[in-house]
Amino acid sequence: MPDATGPSTTDVSTSGPSTADAGATGPGNTGPGATGPGTTGPGTGGPCTGGPDARGDSAAGDPLLLYGTPVVSRLMLGTALYPSPAVMAAAFRRSGAAIATVSLRREGAPGADGARAGQAFWDLIRGLGVAVLPNTAGCHSVKEAVTTAHMAREVFGTPWIKLEVIGRTDTLQPDPFALVEAARILADDGFQVFPYTTEDLVLAEKLVEAGCEVLMPWGAPIGSGLGLTNLYGLRAIRATFPDVPLVVDAGIGLPSQAAQALELGFDAVLLNTAVAKAGDPPAMAEAFAAAVRAGRLAYLADPMAPRDMAEPSTPVIGQAFLA
Amino acid sequence: MNGTPTDVQATDIAALLSELGYADAPVATALNETFVPAGSRAATALAAGDRIEILAPRQGG
Repeated sequence: MPDATGPSTTDVSTSGPSTADAGATGPGNTGPGATGPGTTGPGTGGPCTGGPDARGDSAAGDPLLLYGTPVVSRLMLGTALYPSPAVMAAAFRRSGAAIATVSLRREGAPGADGARAGQAFWDLIRGLGVAVLPNTAGCHSVKEAVTTAHMAREVFGTPWIKLEVIGRTDTLQPDPFALVEAARILADDGFQVFPYTTEDLVLAEKLVEAGCEVLMPWGAPIGSGLGLTNLYGLRAIRATFPDVPLVVDAGIGLPSQAAQALELGFDAVLLNTAVAKAGDPPAMAEAFAAAVRAGRLAYLADPMAPRDMAEPSTPVIGQAFLA
Repeated sequence: MNGTPTDVQATDIAALLSELGYADAPVATALNETFVPAGSRAATALAAGDRIEILAPRQGG
């Protein structure tokens, strides 16, 4: 339920999205890759409007601002693990997601399978009409992550970077020390950093001090589908950073878990496997969109406080004496 | 190139991308683990044994 400070985005919503601001600070072609392929995407320079089904996900009076860019959907979706590109595109359309996470990987050798696969994938993503959030997935050191971020900024033409610095290969949890160092280097270099982090409050504080204006705590290990495994920790980070957009990134397996994150006051969720590995990814994408919308509406509606004992809902006064 | 020993004629990164057919592709390059921006490719000479990474957009979560 909301804490005493009320919905965390109240202050954000009063500032209102400005088209001019969005054009200036959006995930469009503000990167240094003006001479590269970045000039053809990924952003339009305007708000992240998502697909045709996006409306209603983030109502006009309840905008989500990420680094000053209005985002119409509180569901952010990954692009990996789908059975086919067509299924991925269909899932995006039904999700209404306005932000897609992407990665950089080695281009195939000329003439080999996978040669120029990057161009084909990039064309597919641009066709979705969404903003891209490149990641540094698989990076285990500050140097790897920072170098990958620079390469992503040039290719994708966006200052946005989902910063992952992995500390363990089994849980894929972040290395908190390297994460803060990389975040500081990148923020100082003009990147708008979306750190994949844990719910640890001290780490969150260090990331904010390093220049992060968005935090993305995990719900559970990547790909596990376990949902929100530390409700206390997530409530605490929400209460501690009422003015920082918080995105639950990783671990969500079911729409009910996404709704729960929004009910707790988280501003958005980012997921991939739960949709991509569902039997019917487009249908699951729509289910998640509905859940995220329900969760946000519930949060804004100020849920009742739970109690241990029963409280009659039907009036006691006026009850007939029939015993 | 990308972890595979490759014989090439090119002596700089821009020429290497042309030789491999990636001159107009959405790729980013790194030489010996250091990012080489697009604007610096032509001025970045290659030597035998250099490690070059050519990265492109891919699926990600």
